[in-house]
Amino acid sequence: MGLELYLDLLSASCRAVYIFARKNGIPFDFQFVDLLKGQHHSREYIEINPLRKLPSLRDGKFILSESVAILFYLCRKYSAPSHWYPPDLHMRARVDEFMAWQHTAIQLPMNKMLWMKLLIPMITGDEVPAEKTEQMLAEVRNNLKLFEEKFLQDKMFITGDNISLADLVALVEMMQPTAGNHNVFLNSAKLAEWRMRVELAIGSSLFCEAHDRLMKLAEWDCSTLDPMVKERICDLLQKFK
Amino acid sequence: MGLELYLDLLSQPCRAIYIFAKKNSIPFELRTVDLRKGQHLSDAFAQVNPLQKVPVLKDGDFILTESVAILLYLARKYEVPDHWYPRDLQASARVDEYLAWQHTALRRNCLRALWHKVMLPVFLAEPVSPEMLAATLAELDMALQVLEGKFLQDKAFLTGPHISLADLVAITELMHPVGAGCQVFKGRPKLAAWRQRVEAAVGEVLFQEAHEVILKAKDSQPADPTLKQKMLPKVLAMIQ
Repeated sequence: MGLELYLDLLSASCRAVYIFARKNGIPFDFQFVDLLKGQHHSREYIEINPLRKLPSLRDGKFILSESVAILFYLCRKYSAPSHWYPPDLHMRARVDEFMAWQHTAIQLPMNKMLWMKLLIPMITGDEVPAEKTEQMLAEVRNNLKLFEEKFLQDKMFITGDNISLADLVALVEMMQPTAGNHNVFLNSAKLAEWRMRVELAIGSSLFCEAHDRLMKLAEWDCSTLDPMVKERICDLLQKFK
Repeated sequence: MGLELYLDLLSQPCRAIYIFAKKNSIPFELRTVDLRKGQHLSDAFAQVNPLQKVPVLKDGDFILTESVAILLYLARKYEVPDHWYPRDLQASARVDEYLAWQHTALRRNCLRALWHKVMLPVFLAEPVSPEMLAATLAELDMALQVLEGKFLQDKAFLTGPHISLADLVAITELMHPVGAGCQVFKGRPKLAAWRQRVEAAVGEVLFQEAHEVILKAKDSQPADPTLKQKMLPKVLAMIQ
């Protein structure tokens, strides 16, 4: 049994891992774990990851969770070109710094935006109070400003002239709200230009393929949602309110 | 100017960096940024870190934030013993896995436990409802279950037979609720035994020294109204 990646491309973390593996010609079995069908709660998947989250990697007997850890593992095991995780001490530290910061500064708010703009209204039939949405929008705007000022600055990519894991993770996360019709790149030419550079460095074909499922999320018929899964989602939503 | 570390030992990530640097005899200038005096909000400190947070590392012109990044930078630059961040592919993956998980899990819960139980009421004179506190402590409990059940299991340390960055980050996080008076090790013999091992590996003297401040958190002087006004919204954003 070769390398297995447990993924649903609706998740930004999964897209980062998928794109990286495909871009670097890393052979793997795509194990689809359908989040919309609640398959991450299945007995089979819980054995892979008791925390029921995606992505997971299985390499023989070795099982690994957390997309950042998986990306580093793939990078090292398959000797990806060094620009992905530069050996230069300072450049590497910048990637680490972004990878640490993004958990709460980018990933979480971008995901929350998708929930607020699309999934909550779709699943529960209720709109999120305007005040909460405004608050979230402000947080997203602020953090994108920080991203530009601190990480991107006047460079082509976060570490300089070449794409790294940091750009990949940043972009897939910023794509998340587009499924809810919210395009974070509209307000900043700098951000939009960086976004195009990253997409081109990845390859537009691979990038679009990876984002196809996300782009179609608005078409999802959520009446097929398992009631137990719906209940779990509603519980989760309490945290956002 | 050599290596400078901007720290307040009240903060969990600062403690991990302090211990790591001291344990590995990494020479540095300690620049204390007193959070309870609002020093992180000063214009002077904004020059160092516009995000107004600690810890910060300054190595010549190179400025670095985020404790995980700082720990990795120090580990690489000063070529510390391998066990802290092993060369072995799977062993380092385990450390990476923990360090990634903890940001939105244990870190968040330990932070909320301290602020809801002690710092909001004592330092910022903001009452916290018993329901809110109970919910926070319940979430902390769940995170501790994951820490024991998924990460520690029957190993000596979180990622294997030797102490690594994962253990250092975890233990300094857990001392936050300990400082708030939570009995996190009670009824958890495995975790308690792991704590002893980590303290012994770090060195009792250094461990005590790094935790002196947090263990006195409940004696914090209440912030004056001006400082409270400045700090409260930022604190609430930090612990959400």
